Amino acid sequence: MRAVDVARGLRWYVRGIMGEDAYEKYLDHVRGDHGDAARIMTEREFWRDRTDRQDSNPQGRCC
Amino acid sequence: MPDSPSRAQTDAPQHPPVAVDPDIIEAHDRRWTPLKIAIWVAIALLGGLSWVMLAVVRGETVNAIWFVFAAVCTYFIGYRFYSKYIEKHLLKPDDRRATPAEYKADGKDYAATDRRVLYGHHFAAIAGAGPLVGPVLAAQMGYLPGTIWIIVGVVLAGAVQDYLVMFFSMRRGGRSLGQMARDELGRVGGTAAIIATLTIMVIIVAILALVVVNALAESPWGVFSVAMTIPIALFMGCYLRFFRPGKVTEVSIIGFVLLLAAIIGGGAVAETDWGVALFTVDKVPLAIGIVVYGFVAAILPVWLLLAPRDYLSTFMKIGTILMLALAIIVVRPEIFAPAVSEFATTGTGPVVSGTLFPFLFVTIACGALSGFHALIASGTTPKLIEKERQTRFIGYGGMLMESFVAIMALVAALSIDRGIYFAMNSSAAATGGTIEGAVAFVNGLGLSGVNLTPEMLSQTAADVGEESIVSRTGGAPTLAVGLAHIMQQLIGGSGLMAFWYHFAIMFEALFILTAVDAGTRVARFMLQDTIGNVIPKFKNTSWRVGAWISTAIMVAAWGAILLMGVTDPLGGINTLFPLFGIANQLLAAIALAVCMAIIAKRGYFRYLWIVALPLGFAAVVTISASFLKIFSPVPAIGYFAQNAAFRQALADGETSFGTAPTVEAMNAVVRNTLVQGVLSILFVTLAIVVIVAAVLATIRAARRRSDESSEDPAVPSRIFAPAGLVATPAEKELQAQWDALPGKRRREGH
Repeated sequence: MRAVDVARGLRWYVRGIMGEDAYEKYLDHVRGDHGDAARIMTEREFWRDRTDRQDSNPQGRCC
Repeated sequence: MPDSPSRAQTDAPQHPPVAVDPDIIEAHDRRWTPLKIAIWVAIALLGGLSWVMLAVVRGETVNAIWFVFAAVCTYFIGYRFYSKYIEKHLLKPDDRRATPAEYKADGKDYAATDRRVLYGHHFAAIAGAGPLVGPVLAAQMGYLPGTIWIIVGVVLAGAVQDYLVMFFSMRRGGRSLGQMARDELGRVGGTAAIIATLTIMVIIVAILALVVVNALAESPWGVFSVAMTIPIALFMGCYLRFFRPGKVTEVSIIGFVLLLAAIIGGGAVAETDWGVALFTVDKVPLAIGIVVYGFVAAILPVWLLLAPRDYLSTFMKIGTILMLALAIIVVRPEIFAPAVSEFATTGTGPVVSGTLFPFLFVTIACGALSGFHALIASGTTPKLIEKERQTRFIGYGGMLMESFVAIMALVAALSIDRGIYFAMNSSAAATGGTIEGAVAFVNGLGLSGVNLTPEMLSQTAADVGEESIVSRTGGAPTLAVGLAHIMQQLIGGSGLMAFWYHFAIMFEALFILTAVDAGTRVARFMLQDTIGNVIPKFKNTSWRVGAWISTAIMVAAWGAILLMGVTDPLGGINTLFPLFGIANQLLAAIALAVCMAIIAKRGYFRYLWIVALPLGFAAVVTISASFLKIFSPVPAIGYFAQNAAFRQALADGETSFGTAPTVEAMNAVVRNTLVQGVLSILFVTLAIVVIVAAVLATIRAARRRSDESSEDPAVPSRIFAPAGLVATPAEKELQAQWDALPGKRRREGH
């Protein structure tokens, strides 16, 4: 495996763990078979919506 | 092609198979090549040798590397054999069925996530301060009992619970534990489970906050650097909201650098007169500060404080744990503690009272069996799982990793001198909070090989940049000294010891503050839902006044227990920590009871023992520990015995009794023990109600012998992904077919 592949894999993994790829996954979804392509959120709207939904649906953290 | 995975049925002909044929999986598992046999024999031998070194040889000292090998080899064997056994006979996942992430996909909450990424996510969500604190306190009983419980307990109980709950929640569209309890146990059992969850949340938040207060009190360096996390998080929140939305890694790196600056800056601030004057805070004002913080943090929008600190805490958690694992393997510290100490049998240990059974099993909860995980394993993670067979890797495997964190915490705590360990972990009531008092108390314990001198205490305090390390109870400071001791041998030498100590304190405080904030929010929603049954307006969670009132009630509940802990004349942590463990194990018993009812309804009675075993154990431990806390005539153990002793002393007109120097302190003991005793009664009653409800549901299912199911209907899957960390040859072949599809975005990073 080349160093470039390792670096790319590492970047993919870190972005995944931190949840940074959430918007790309959202775009994949809405542009895919099931999505409602009529109203796609912009990146800024998506991230706002994401934290706003956490406001109304909190998740516990473990002890 | 009889051996090709494409033999598996597909529901839609236009794409390759979505699952590897079960016969091929079976054949792969049963094909024992010489190499595979050699690898497993080597793992078994190394694991066996490590256990012999720990349990039988027990030389003057034991090298920490044997803990690592014993743990890792046992995890591999448990994962490869036991979890596969559970998968094959009990859960029977079917990759031809779509998971909620696929059939409910919305691109937000329900989103199929790569198994390796989700493993990291799930681990970061379940691992917090718990596995770091419990093992430290249990180290007073010697290294062996804690080690056995953490490793054997996770294989047979903790990982089983996480795996079962995750699988059953996934089959139910990601339903939460509370909803599953209502579905499976009926109204009474379900209501008891929800009340128990709410109460446990309050107790856990209170005791985690107590750990932070104990770690930061009288430490200007610690207070400064932890306080700086608030402006750092606010800055990160605004950066993400207004400046560069979605640049999560970037802002986390910036935050991490600022955090390091805060730790280093704290050292400089703590050397100035104004810094000492401003940031030296007593326990009581600090506790009030955390209560106020908890309220404000829980009503602020998530984007401003909670979300950015979550990113920071994930970043720190994974980084520090990897670093500590590396350091333990490279440094391989020697451990001087005995295998089993006298306190395991006498029950008179100064850190936590009580004998090995049952108190070891409630002192170490997280890391061996943690009921709190059931709340994460139901609800959050199941909505992100790509394929059913991945639950074994994520659920069972994720918990093994947390157990390993607990082993590392135990090693770190054991690697420091035992005299220093007891000086740090005995309550101020015992040591008087002074070096002389601590030396007299610890040497008076009569432990062989322990010879504490005042110089050892003052030198260690100076090394870690603290005024004093006497009676820094709660586990966090001890772990920090242990971590600093190991890390400085890897990087920086003794000159960096103070940095590593405060790095570790910061690391723990960060998780705990996040847990306090998130726990308050979750509890507030649960409370609003409950009040809403009486006053409907409260059901509307976006109604500001209702939200504030409910938040205030929850903060007052945990704040009262926190204040009780910090002012307790008997020491605080040593009286309250058993409640934390009992609460956590009780939640585990509830989760396992729900799983047992589900399995019985599925009709798998032959394999019911897989869940009955950990459930029986958790039930015996929580109920016997609670009964001892309620009925024991020994004041150090029984809350009501202590209560009676102090009331008697007051009635006799005494003005000081035991460790309480004044009448006021004596009244405080009477009040605290009453509250603690009543909480114990509440917990044990709820536990019994839920377990009885589950046993009744199981018996009903056995009588009816029908395989009724509360699962969502099966939906055929249209995606493929491998099940374990490394893809098998058959999975690689299928993956290649999927990758060859036109127009499919290929996943990076194999």
